[in-house]
Amino acid sequence: MSQHFPVLIVLLPLSAALLSPFFSFMYRQAGKWIAVAALAGSFLCSVGLLLQVTAGGGQAIHYYMGNWVPPLGIEFVVDPINAVIVAMITFLAMCTAIYSTPFLKKSNWLYMGGYYTLMALLCVGLSGMTLTGDVFNLYVYLEIASLSGYGLIALGGNKGTLAAFRYLLIGTIGASLYLLAIGFMYSMTGSLNMADLSVLLQDKMDYPLMIMVIGLLIAAFGIKAALFPFHGWQPDSYTYSHPGAAPLISGAMSKVPAYAMLRFFFYLFGAQHLFVQHGLTVIGILGALGIILGSVMAIAQDDFRRMLAYSSVAQIGYIAVGLAIGSMYGLIGAILHIINHAFMKGSLFMAIGGVQYRFGEFRISQLGQLNKKMPFTVFTICVAALGMIGIPPAGGFFSKIYIMQGAMETGQYIYIAVLVISSLLNAVYFFRVMENIFVNPDAGLKEINPTAGKLELPLQMLIPIVLFGIIILALGFCNASVVDCIIKLGLPEVFLG
Amino acid sequence: MSDASTMDVINNFLATKGIYSLVLILLFLGLYGMIVSNNYMKKMMAMNVMQVAVIFFYLCFAQKDGGMIPILNGITTDPNAYINPLPHALMLTAIVVSLGTTGVALALLMRIKEAYGSAEEDEVLRRADK
Amino acid sequence: MTITDIRPFLAVGVSLLAAFLIMFSGKKPNVREFWSVAAAFIKAGLIFSMVPAVLAGNVYEYTLFAVTDTLGFTLRTDAAGMLFACVSSFLYIPVSFYAIGYMRGHHEKEQTGFFASFAVCLSAAVGIALSANLLTFFIFYELLTVATWPLVFHERNEEARFAGRKYLIYTLVSGQLMLAGIIVVYALAGTLDFQAGGFLSIDMAPKWMLQFLFFIMVLGGAVKAGVMPLHGWLPSAMVAPTPVSALLHAVAVVKAGAFCVLRLVGFVFGPTLLAQIGAATVLAWFAAFTIIASSLIAMKQDNLKRRLAFSTVGQLSYVVLGAALLAPLSILGAYFHIVAHALMKITLFMCAGAIIVTAHKDNISDMHGIGRKMPITMACYTIASLGIAGMPFIVGFISKWNIALGALQVSQPFYIVVLICSALLALSYLMPVTHLAFFKPNENGEFKTYGEANKFMLIPICVTAALSVILGIMPNFGPHLYDLASMAAQSITQGWIGGGW
Repeated sequence: MSQHFPVLIVLLPLSAALLSPFFSFMYRQAGKWIAVAALAGSFLCSVGLLLQVTAGGGQAIHYYMGNWVPPLGIEFVVDPINAVIVAMITFLAMCTAIYSTPFLKKSNWLYMGGYYTLMALLCVGLSGMTLTGDVFNLYVYLEIASLSGYGLIALGGNKGTLAAFRYLLIGTIGASLYLLAIGFMYSMTGSLNMADLSVLLQDKMDYPLMIMVIGLLIAAFGIKAALFPFHGWQPDSYTYSHPGAAPLISGAMSKVPAYAMLRFFFYLFGAQHLFVQHGLTVIGILGALGIILGSVMAIAQDDFRRMLAYSSVAQIGYIAVGLAIGSMYGLIGAILHIINHAFMKGSLFMAIGGVQYRFGEFRISQLGQLNKKMPFTVFTICVAALGMIGIPPAGGFFSKIYIMQGAMETGQYIYIAVLVISSLLNAVYFFRVMENIFVNPDAGLKEINPTAGKLELPLQMLIPIVLFGIIILALGFCNASVVDCIIKLGLPEVFLG
Repeated sequence: MSDASTMDVINNFLATKGIYSLVLILLFLGLYGMIVSNNYMKKMMAMNVMQVAVIFFYLCFAQKDGGMIPILNGITTDPNAYINPLPHALMLTAIVVSLGTTGVALALLMRIKEAYGSAEEDEVLRRADK
Repeated sequence: MTITDIRPFLAVGVSLLAAFLIMFSGKKPNVREFWSVAAAFIKAGLIFSMVPAVLAGNVYEYTLFAVTDTLGFTLRTDAAGMLFACVSSFLYIPVSFYAIGYMRGHHEKEQTGFFASFAVCLSAAVGIALSANLLTFFIFYELLTVATWPLVFHERNEEARFAGRKYLIYTLVSGQLMLAGIIVVYALAGTLDFQAGGFLSIDMAPKWMLQFLFFIMVLGGAVKAGVMPLHGWLPSAMVAPTPVSALLHAVAVVKAGAFCVLRLVGFVFGPTLLAQIGAATVLAWFAAFTIIASSLIAMKQDNLKRRLAFSTVGQLSYVVLGAALLAPLSILGAYFHIVAHALMKITLFMCAGAIIVTAHKDNISDMHGIGRKMPITMACYTIASLGIAGMPFIVGFISKWNIALGALQVSQPFYIVVLICSALLALSYLMPVTHLAFFKPNENGEFKTYGEANKFMLIPICVTAALSVILGIMPNFGPHLYDLASMAAQSITQGWIGGGW
């Protein structure tokens, strides 16, 4: 059983995705429960996998699909880093699935079943992308994730549909560019397996064609990860997506391409090659520009969700800068920030989704005295906001510290300056939110979904929200163990010398 | 004299690499269409053209002069005599994916048309901003 | 000897726990206030129980967990930290009683959030005092920044909103610069553990870089300590309720800033290095300028709290000046001035608050004859004012005397002139209040009858005023704070050979 964990992570939600509409046809709630159960099972498997791979001292676990031995067959390769990212994705998906149940209270069976199909498929796509050891397989999972993502965004209403269509156009360009890049690599080496490619490509890394490959990969993953200047699709998509699914979309969907980028540049190619270094420099410049411009754009927004979307552009920039630094601490910071940011952004979208559910409001200026009505939600907003700015003890502070340490290590002082400026810009818009909440007079919001009893929100929403707030703090307190016991085991050997 | 050798070079290039230039032109045609056309339907069709260009690219580099279809027929077991079937298989998947993308795009487009009464980008954006 | 003991963490944690409990007992004010007071007593008890061992030369140390992969989240009770921890944890007791009296007497709203933030601030202050390395220090420092913000915007009007923004801009910018500095220091030295006498040395980096590093890091402390021209937030923050002003300006925030400067000078850069790169001289100029200029500005203020705020700006620069002079006695004076100024200024602020609650007067020009109505409050006010001016037998004298002697040790008599000028200026802006309170009749006929502030407010005022006198006569009364200060100064200045570095 436990040797099948890698495939079960993908298989359980996949089967739930297919079964969900049938079950909801028979009994409306059943479709929901089967999806939640499958995602929970998937989460347990990924935790088991994480334990396995860390117990093995970070030795990568290879799982051959149908026992076809690579490079001919497709394999899942699990190292500590993608194990922890998959655990994060499945946890986020499970919590989001539970969180979104109140939004579907009044929907019919088809909507209910379809919603959970898309949710489970998104989880399949994202975890598959993270786990797979085959570049073409990654393309397939990328498209599964994207297509279900388009669906979930389109469920958010008319504006959501428009955003989804526009995202689809841009996203397809990204996917095609990725396909082109692996076409080049395949024509050079005749292999699609990542481990195989990493060996075969080593003596071809100075071919001019590699410039093309690296450029295409940056553009492709840049589009998918909403790296500046490829982020045009993102603000609308995040803003108008289904409020129940927004935490998963915003938390995980743009992080996985960033991780894929890391995988290609540091594990497949190796950062010591000249072209890869130039590529990383480009990523770093884009990331730094994204950090500044994303933060500036975020300051100008009144719609909370839109502000968060622009802040995502900035936060992806942190990850990109971490990659571009390309030293041990840079990578640790980038990976830690992938995890931290997923939880921070996820919790913020959950919190604003909760406000939207109860009051139908999402404008920052209308949140006055929210702490009186929704104290727990405000607690999470504050913790996540502190994390976003990078104020201890929330998790975001530590990823920032590691990235700064990395920049110091390699003498790229400019990134330290960028991070300092960005923290201050983040402080401007997140403290503005808190100021609006605490200082503004009561906005007199109308309850559109009054909750029975004393609770501020239905329990299905409140528990994930508070849990995420606690996790952000816990990630801050336990960052040393995450780094030492998980991330360091999975880094390429060159960094640990 | 020099004309002949130039022609040789061109011929040689067209024979070996020419098809790739065509693929490249097709790809950029698709991208160009996506950028300049104002109609969402046309944008989507241009997107399909771009996807097809990538598929052509795979099929082109899988091509081999004098290669056989990859079925063991008892004549030879030398792999060099056969065409590599893998790119074709990959492209089957890619075609399916692009079909799926097109399907989703059409469904979304229908909804957009229903909601905003148009598929022209400027018109839709104007109505969406209201 | 280093003793592994979790008590430092318990002392920090107890008021964090109290903040948590306070949040959940907002509906029952008496229970809520009980948590506040209980935390104050337990905290002070824990800190004071560690004093004897520290005086005997031992150090309590505890690492709770690893804060990054190479650094620990460590608290350590060296003499310097112990001094500040004693002051802040002890003064928490009178201030929390006073706060109860003030908040109820003034019918303030949002009291739950107020008491919770208050408790977090005190945790952060003790954490700052006892941190064993720069990163732990920074974590508590930022916690203090964030926890003080709700106290500044407490009034929830436009003025409070802008005061809050101003406060955040000043502290966050300097905090981020300090963080960048910390990263650079870590890369240069490979450690962040505080070490008496400093762990950076001249051969680690070019001179200009060390100078630059010193300034961006000291900025973090100087902003909170209100060294001019970085003092702008402090007078604006006066919109907060008076117990907050007492806390901000006497115990937690500004003292944390001054303590930060002392830590950086004594335990990160070290006097030897600072004498070599000459950076401390510049800091001393700024401090001297602040001492004079703030006193001049204070004279023009009519609002009593604002006048006291500018007085704070000046007095905190004594600490910075003492540290920047780099002489053993001046550093001793700087440490002891943390104690002295805390006691005196908290008395002054609590008097101002008592006047606001009892007589509803903010401005000095309305206080004619108020000594009839509130003789005890005004007597305490007079004692503390004399102490600020540096009168012998009140605690302020001891610290100033030592700073002045330190200036002689490094042959800089100019700073003694500054100190004397400042003492005279302090008299001229604080004593008129006493004069018009006791000797000027009130035109409107108010204040005829005796009517002191309520006991919750009056007793803390008397206690702190009495302590200012007792410590002025016997500086080692109670937890031997003078000995702690001189231990701290000695450990920093081990390499001192009479007359220079």
